[in-house]
Amino acid sequence: MTSDASRDPRRAGLSRRRFFGLAGAGTAGVLAAGAAGGVIGHATAADPTAAGTAAATDAVPFTGDHQAGIVTPAQDRLHFVAFDVITDSRDDLVEMLQAWTAAARRMTAGQDAGPVGAVDGGQYAPPDDTGEAIGLPASGLTLTIGFGPTLFTAADGTDRFGIAGRRPEPLAELPSFPGDALDPARSGGDLCVQACANDPQVAVHAVRNLSRLGAGVVSVRWSQLGFGRTSSTSSAQATPRNLFGFKDGTDNLKSENGSAVERFVWVADGDPGADWLAGGSYVVTRRIRMRIEPWDTSTLAEQEQTIGRTKGAGAPLGQQAEFDPVDFTVRAGTGPAIPENSHVFLAHPTNSGTAILRRGYSFVDGSDGLGRLDAGLFFIAYERNPETGFVQVQKNLRMDAMNEYIQHTSSAVFACPPGISGPDDWWGRALFS
Amino acid sequence: MSMHARNRTILAGATALAAALTLAACGGGSDTGGATGDAGDDIAVAAGDDSCDVAKADLDAGTHRFTVTNGGSKVTEFYVYADGDRVMGEVENIAPGVARELLVQLPAGDYETACKPGMIGDGIRSTLTVSGDAPSLSQDETLAQAGTDYQRYVQSQTGALVEQTTAFVNAVKAGDVAGAKALYPVARTYWERIEPVAESFGDLDPIIDGREGDQAEGEDFTGFHRLEQALWQTGDVSAMGPYADQLLTNVQEIATRANDVQLDPLQLANGAKALLDEIANGKITGEEDRYSHTDLWDFAANLEGSQAAVQALRPYLAENDADLVAEIDDRFAATGQELAQYRSGDGWTSYDQLTEEQLRGLSDSITALTGSVSQVAAVVAQR
Repeated sequence: MTSDASRDPRRAGLSRRRFFGLAGAGTAGVLAAGAAGGVIGHATAADPTAAGTAAATDAVPFTGDHQAGIVTPAQDRLHFVAFDVITDSRDDLVEMLQAWTAAARRMTAGQDAGPVGAVDGGQYAPPDDTGEAIGLPASGLTLTIGFGPTLFTAADGTDRFGIAGRRPEPLAELPSFPGDALDPARSGGDLCVQACANDPQVAVHAVRNLSRLGAGVVSVRWSQLGFGRTSSTSSAQATPRNLFGFKDGTDNLKSENGSAVERFVWVADGDPGADWLAGGSYVVTRRIRMRIEPWDTSTLAEQEQTIGRTKGAGAPLGQQAEFDPVDFTVRAGTGPAIPENSHVFLAHPTNSGTAILRRGYSFVDGSDGLGRLDAGLFFIAYERNPETGFVQVQKNLRMDAMNEYIQHTSSAVFACPPGISGPDDWWGRALFS
Repeated sequence: MSMHARNRTILAGATALAAALTLAACGGGSDTGGATGDAGDDIAVAAGDDSCDVAKADLDAGTHRFTVTNGGSKVTEFYVYADGDRVMGEVENIAPGVARELLVQLPAGDYETACKPGMIGDGIRSTLTVSGDAPSLSQDETLAQAGTDYQRYVQSQTGALVEQTTAFVNAVKAGDVAGAKALYPVARTYWERIEPVAESFGDLDPIIDGREGDQAEGEDFTGFHRLEQALWQTGDVSAMGPYADQLLTNVQEIATRANDVQLDPLQLANGAKALLDEIANGKITGEEDRYSHTDLWDFAANLEGSQAAVQALRPYLAENDADLVAEIDDRFAATGQELAQYRSGDGWTSYDQLTEEQLRGLSDSITALTGSVSQVAAVVAQR
């Protein structure tokens, strides 16, 4: 990580409020300093969606029409965090969002979180960066922010920050689904940040520093580490496998399919809340625990019939190769090759009538005390409207054979604003202006 | 006690500094602090369980003697506060029916007096206006005054610590379990207010405040928590006499040594943060008082001690970083409000009665406050 040596190290002693004051004014200088840095040259790559061939160490541009971390080719690692806002002060919240934006701008460029840096400040002040990313490249870090329904309106109906009237109607708690076993302590949240990177330490560093900057304004409600992306979001990426051992995300929405992304992912003019949300998206997260041990003792045939694809190649049942068309008319023996209660059959756009951009990660959170892995898929889906996106798909999965092997243990929904437009923009500017 | 070795280094050299800096004649003093000064008056303070009548509300600048008489039924304390609850002078541990004197030097300014029946909370406050000279001190003099003021604070805490520990161990030795249980959190309050100072004596801290399991092989489990275990876990203190005697001896020793400690401004700043870390590490987790669950007493005492250390630096901080002072004031107040929800009678809610959500609220407020207090060291280090 580089640091901005042009700043007086004594500024490391500034109070939080004045750090916030500096954050906005300092951004132009940060960018200028960044452009001179070696790693940062990559940050000027024109189109993040065309970066599928970029090195895993490169920086992903922070600014753009849309937030990075949605159609950006899925990185290998995740640290997702949801926050509760613990202040009643709109000003403090806005100051924090501005400070977060400045820090995110720096960290995604491979720099320290603060303008002084992890080790260039005075001896008597806590460093403005925590230091564990010293020497690490940007590693494709993206930081994507979202606003939960409870940020707008408290459970008792209180308009918390004068934005209740700006909550778009689709931003609402998800309905409950059969089989849900949701833990409220790791569901919901007023704000979220999805940190994705090709190095887990870089993603954790980013979340840690944002949490630190948010002291007194936000409190971490829950967070989730993920490894091994379970979806491709670019056709340049090979399809990875989830912890069931199956390729996951073969038919995902891909960044190269621009018209489908426009139709199913981005909030458009005329949609609810478009005055601040156009160009943004909604993210739904579900921590889906896999019943690993029963799955591992089921037969290969049972596993393939449950998913609807072959385990080896990932081909739709009845076909040969992964990207062969999913054809529900193909028959095998007396019935359809792809069973009508298989996951692919029920989730496929042909039968669900919609599409979502999946961006999930595997997780293993140790074991459950009964000798079983606490493992599964941290499911992340981006869509233009949760009701016609995730909810519609999930309603269609009521008879999914896979339900025998999974349990949803957390749920959350957030509205993700459009991208940061330039050096003066900040996360939530359109919402709070 | 903290298991973090770094806390023990905060006061490195502090005792040596004491030789260089003498108790300034202009400093305030308490009856336990041995300060000098002549007062031309004697201001009566009638302290009750619900009242605190100070005979005068307007004074001339100079040294004044307050005589505080406790007519109530609870142990009380009396403070004279400057802006931001900077302690100008205090008398601790005034038992019912007892009168104690406080000598305090007050330059012109606006002050508040406070009685704290039961030793808890913001106290019963009155305004006190002092007119006349307000000497302008240099920044170095202001910082030196901070060290002097805090040393006086430590001395008055250690005085009360010895008195209340004496009462506590006497109750234990008399087999008065109920009385000892009531005195335990009270005696610890004076310990916890100055914990970083006490912890600087690495030989005494573990035997006074060590928890079960912290001892090296072959070492006995002694001190406050040994008695706490007997009182709450078995209710049988018949074998605790030697432990009670040893605790008092060690507390007396630490009080003697602590009276020589004078902190430089950086040590004050770091000590204030260390007290907040004590809350985050030991009290919010319920580890400190695992048998009695009186952790919120210790929480409140750590918080008061931290505020006393930071506010000793206030005149300097106000001149050099007014924004930070305002932020620290806000966050001490916010933490105080968060904690005040758990007042219970003359004490605090038992730790094991707090919900996860309530603990999280306390934790969030301490995290925010610590973030602000951690900025103080860099400001004073600029000198």
